[in-house]
Amino acid sequence: MSVLSVSDIGISFGGLKAIDGVGFSVEAGEIFSIIGPNGAGKTTLFNVISGLYTAGQGRIELGGQDVTGLAPDELAARGLSRTFQNLQIFQRMTAVENVMVGRHLREKCNLFADLFRLPSVSRQNATTRDAALALLDEVGLRADADKLAGSLSYGACKRLEIARALAAEPRVLLLDEPAAGCNAVETEEIDALISRVAKKGVAVVLVEHDMKLVMKISDRILVLERGCPLIEGTPQQVLADPAVLEAYLGKHGAREAARA
Amino acid sequence: MPRWVRHRYASLVVLAVVIALLPLLFPSSYYYRVAALVWVSALAAIGLNILMGKAGQVSLGHAGFFGIGAYAVAIGPTHLGVPPLASLLIGAVLSAALAYLVGRPILRLKGHYLAIATLGLGVLVALVITTEIRWTGGPDGMPVKKLVVFGWRASGADTWYWITAGMLLIGTWLALNLDDTPTGRAFRALHDSEIAARVAGVHVDRFKLQAFVIAAVYASLAGSALALMNGFVNPDQAGFLHSVEMVTMVVLGGLGSVIGSIVGAAVLIMLPQALTVFQEYEHLLLGFLIIVSMIFMRDGIVPMLAKLPGRRA
Ligand SMILES: Nc1ncnc2c1ncn2[C@@H]1O[C@H](COP(=O)(O)OP(=O)(O)OP(=O)(O)O)[C@@H](O)[C@H]1O
Ligand SMILES: [Mg+2]
Repeated sequence: MSVLSVSDIGISFGGLKAIDGVGFSVEAGEIFSIIGPNGAGKTTLFNVISGLYTAGQGRIELGGQDVTGLAPDELAARGLSRTFQNLQIFQRMTAVENVMVGRHLREKCNLFADLFRLPSVSRQNATTRDAALALLDEVGLRADADKLAGSLSYGACKRLEIARALAAEPRVLLLDEPAAGCNAVETEEIDALISRVAKKGVAVVLVEHDMKLVMKISDRILVLERGCPLIEGTPQQVLADPAVLEAYLGKHGAREAARA
Repeated sequence: MPRWVRHRYASLVVLAVVIALLPLLFPSSYYYRVAALVWVSALAAIGLNILMGKAGQVSLGHAGFFGIGAYAVAIGPTHLGVPPLASLLIGAVLSAALAYLVGRPILRLKGHYLAIATLGLGVLVALVITTEIRWTGGPDGMPVKKLVVFGWRASGADTWYWITAGMLLIGTWLALNLDDTPTGRAFRALHDSEIAARVAGVHVDRFKLQAFVIAAVYASLAGSALALMNGFVNPDQAGFLHSVEMVTMVVLGGLGSVIGSIVGAAVLIMLPQALTVFQEYEHLLLGFLIIVSMIFMRDGIVPMLAKLPGRRA
């Protein structure tokens, strides 16, 4: 049974349809990629699935339960986690604190216990910090644990977001362009990291412009064009489809590419 | 830098030592009074700093809660026969309740809109205080009965120095505690990115409300302490200018810095006393100093000192 199932999603901004009739489903441990030209609606689709936008139509199921229209924090509690294309890190907190916030739902949080810093709070804090450090290790940021997140490089922030998203121990992980702005070595690391995460049984939905990365690690790919689904299939099927080439290069470019 | 400086309670210990030793330098009881004023203002500022510096939400009406605390210890004993200490607690509960009820709708607002809404709240409280003359004495204010605990009368500048210092130490301790806990992290997270906080499962509305209520209770207790110390209350304590003064203490000392709030309060209380020699130019000079310090120390006094070469906070 699929962990995440999205059907017939549609959303418009001021009469303009940004997404129209998009649907897909992802199994546990699968890497499902969504690709498409700039402005195709990939980020918007993530925003709908994670509850930041309310879709005009469609249905979203998480673990078989209807979660359409739920708020982001409720979705998080049901096992959905994500990263952002335009970084959303907690700049004035240290790297390890960023990841600790990711464990918010796994922590007991009581205002009075925290104000008086009861022994249980200190104990829990130590556990949370250890878990966060292990995740920073996993994304290669262990040495930067106590640096302010705002002082980290772009590529480091991207990986910090992944660590924070993983801290919630999600069932479904949405990654919006995790390799953007990363050099070749960093991209390799992210590639390996995503594969490891999926192996642990997390359903990964990946939006990424780096085609080499996408073709290498994806189990299935959905191509979007101007908010509409173009084709869904394995990397081979997608690569072989002339409509995909056309969407990326335009009619003229596709003809050129076919001739070449 | 020695390791103890990084300890969570390092600043608390420094504060306790300063409080204990300061009276040795006081030539007269007048200094006890000025210092007690600083402690009271600092208490209110620390609370407001949890809201503004940690959770990143502005309040331009916080003197309203200060006023509720002040008038609670004035009205309770005088009109209702409630003992002062119980009145202080009732004032804090009323402030918390008002913050909770009003905070729910207005904390959904952001930036300037939240500023205006909180300003409205403060104006409203001040208006009630000035118009309910039968209860509050109106614009003239009203006397406050002395604090009596088990037959012991709290009076004299030195006595109030120690009482307010004790309150400040507790307030500082609680604020420092909060920093490295799930609640404190949630405050700071929603300050930096509400979206990311929500997606991480943080109940953003609930935490904003908690920060607002905490700040209201701090202000209310500070207001009660000041009223009991002075033996008198007047509506200015709930007024807009006082709200602005509180915000200035927080920003000047350093947003998010607990010790900064104490330093900010000290500067804002003591500077006018020091500037009285300039007579009519006093306020002009005070305004000028605030402008200059904001230009050159945008992060506030304490964070700026902490950043000086060779030091890290
Ligand atoms: N909040 C919004 N208000 C109005 N229009 C929006 C909003 N969000 C997205 N859009 C529009 O929806 C369309 C899809 O944008 P989206 O960011 O989802 O594309 P994308 O596939 O993520 O592109 P990229 O590859 O550049 O990240 C764009 O035309 C964009 O202008
Ligand atoms: Mg995008």
